[in-house]
Amino acid sequence: MSTLAVTTVDLARIQFATTSLYHFLFVPLTLGLAPLVAVMQTLWHRSGNEAWLRLTRFFGTLMLINFAIGVATGLVQEFQFGMNWSVYSEFVGDVFGAPLAIEGLAAFFLESTFLGLWIFGWNKLGPRLHLATVWLFALGSFLSAFFIIVANSWMQRPVGSTVTDGRAELTSVWELLTNRFAIWAFVHVILVGLTTAAVVILGVSCWHFLRGRNVEIFRPAAKLALIVLVPVSAVNLLVGSYLGEVVTEYQPMKIAATEALWDTEQPAAFSLFQIGGFSEDDQTPSFDLEIPKLLSLLATGSLDGEVQGMNQLQAEYEQQYGAGNYVPPVRTTYWSMRIMAYSGTLVFVVAALAALLMWRGRLERTRWFLWVAVGSIALPYVSALAGWVLSEVGRQPWIVQGLLETADANSPSVSTTTIAFSLGVFAVLYGLLAVVDFVLMRHYARLDPPQVGGEGDEAAPALGY
Amino acid sequence: MDLQLLWFLIIAFFWAGYFLLEGFDFGVGMLLPFLPRDERERRVMFESIGPVWDGNEVWLVVAGGATFAAFPAWYGTMFSGFYVALLLILAFLIVRVVSFEWREKRESPRWRATWMWANTIGSTGAALVWGVGLANLVHGVPIDADGHFAGDFFDLFSPYTVVAGLAAVLLFAFHGATFLTLKTTGDLLGRARHASRRLALPAAIVAGGFLAWTVAVAMDKNDKDLFPPILPAAAGIAALALAVVFAFAGRAGWTFTMTGAGTVLLVATLFTGLYPRVMVSQPEFANSLTVEGASSSHYALTVMTVAAAILAPVVLLYQGWTYHVFRGRLGLEEEAGSPVDLVARKTGGD
Repeated sequence: MSTLAVTTVDLARIQFATTSLYHFLFVPLTLGLAPLVAVMQTLWHRSGNEAWLRLTRFFGTLMLINFAIGVATGLVQEFQFGMNWSVYSEFVGDVFGAPLAIEGLAAFFLESTFLGLWIFGWNKLGPRLHLATVWLFALGSFLSAFFIIVANSWMQRPVGSTVTDGRAELTSVWELLTNRFAIWAFVHVILVGLTTAAVVILGVSCWHFLRGRNVEIFRPAAKLALIVLVPVSAVNLLVGSYLGEVVTEYQPMKIAATEALWDTEQPAAFSLFQIGGFSEDDQTPSFDLEIPKLLSLLATGSLDGEVQGMNQLQAEYEQQYGAGNYVPPVRTTYWSMRIMAYSGTLVFVVAALAALLMWRGRLERTRWFLWVAVGSIALPYVSALAGWVLSEVGRQPWIVQGLLETADANSPSVSTTTIAFSLGVFAVLYGLLAVVDFVLMRHYARLDPPQVGGEGDEAAPALGY
Repeated sequence: MDLQLLWFLIIAFFWAGYFLLEGFDFGVGMLLPFLPRDERERRVMFESIGPVWDGNEVWLVVAGGATFAAFPAWYGTMFSGFYVALLLILAFLIVRVVSFEWREKRESPRWRATWMWANTIGSTGAALVWGVGLANLVHGVPIDADGHFAGDFFDLFSPYTVVAGLAAVLLFAFHGATFLTLKTTGDLLGRARHASRRLALPAAIVAGGFLAWTVAVAMDKNDKDLFPPILPAAAGIAALALAVVFAFAGRAGWTFTMTGAGTVLLVATLFTGLYPRVMVSQPEFANSLTVEGASSSHYALTVMTVAAAILAPVVLLYQGWTYHVFRGRLGLEEEAGSPVDLVARKTGGD
């Protein structure tokens, strides 16, 4: 293969990675805020407590700013398959296209239509009907997550399909939709979304506690956030860990690379931190902090389970698929998994501490912790992005596990120059969006929650003009 | 009817729906610098499409998704072949999407003018490039024996495709101005009527000319007979002529019906001129992609048909209901604003 072709694929991969990760900066917050804002509005609807209405408005505003970029960058994702990966598209369309098209029909219409109704319908719809619109918006965002995860999970574990005449063809939509990989990945993503939104609500509330402003309003918000966050962040650690077992079953090479495990071990120790040992020429780390048997437990669910090593899997794959390098980038997968898991665990620790402090009635006065909670807003984002890096880089060299390699999947008609140009366009555009979005989110997160009712309504300081 | 033809029609249906709906919100965007005299009128224009533009854009997402699922080879060749054009469309749509949210976030007139222009440029640019792009499906682009695009960005431009882009811009501007005559009151309404009349003839002439030209191009480049493409083309020309008549007669509702019909028939003419191919190849006509050759398996199409049969009617129902909810005219006394501020403001209830 010529150097030029490699560069084209590399650029296409860089573009896909950056635009996808960027898109996923906005997805989890929408996924989580949608149901939580719906809960807030429901609490207002049930109790008539004005604080919940003000919180609905406050966090609804953040949700909208966030959702707008999600929509704008989501379109890029759909187009990009065809633009940069036409061979992939033609190979997988029969299987992968269906969940994508159904996502549009079942989820995007629901999301966009009912969000419009929610935003503009406060005075046009009855209160119950209006409440229903925000729940339907939340349902739409969940459905969207489900179908796109079904599509992605098929790339990790191709089920319900067969390869005929050089392309994958769908044979069972039921198997596609009930892919074990998809079910667990979907649960994982939903919990990530709820975690992100709850951390944001908690962090924003703590910021207001620090300022001593709007404490009465944000106290119930922080409480709601913690009621969600403590169990969800704990359960998500377990779900993530179980997903690891599922991966072990279908993508053993991904797990071996994630653990920098060159040779098969039984039982296998879990490496907490290591220096070196990330390449074929350097398989033994110069420093390694390990917990015995833990990897066996995480990967197989049993303390004595056998975990296959990269050298053995490489030999096996050469037999199965022919000559080639089937080892994904080890350092990247190793560290992305640890960044994901460690920051995910930190989220749980922060949540548990916050709950403890709140239970003792000291949360609002413990200033150092309030700052920690504000800073923790970054944690779920770091964790989620690292998780996607792990999932996608760990699958390499495959674009569809066992069926098609990434290096063979790009668009033959698209030149290096063209992709470099489009990468430049996206860099400028996305950079601009990121700056403006961050400034807006910060601005609106720091405002007082909008006043409701009476004359104060029109003159509310939150309007920004 | 076989499933391949059905999905070809469904995709044509989604494109038609996309242009019918997003067409008028593009048009409103194009007119933003010209119709309003002050900030309040600009807000009315933004609010006239505020609740619906996002749902309108989903028609595009579904058209793209359906092409991917039902005709993977068409999707792959078209999207990689029209790379730079689609990149431009994405850039136009992205700045447009955020302009809806961000314009009102600051008081500074410069900030607001910037995002208003972003919306206008995004709306005009996207309409122009879509016109050029879709016309190329019939006009033909270089495709090699493997079914891959073999040309470059400049192959997309010919007199015919450029006229297609202009037709889309003018028709959507007319469609949008007419939409505003149904949604506004007072001075703004007067100016919208004036704009609708001013745009009527140029739009009808260019779009009508494009329809006739499409029939000729389909016969010349795609081996079609005069019949059937002449049917939707003639109906489209008639609808556009009626739109002009109604615009000058001051019948806003009928004008809008006819600009809508003209838009739908324009898409119908393109797709009728295209069938049984999905992408014409020029100069090597034999390399053209066909409905049969580019499609997914029978099973995949069956699954999609079942899904669409269940979901599409529900979608049409609730989207139609949204238009019903927001059917009224927007007076200047009613505060308009960006979605974000509306949430902040309107959550108070009455």
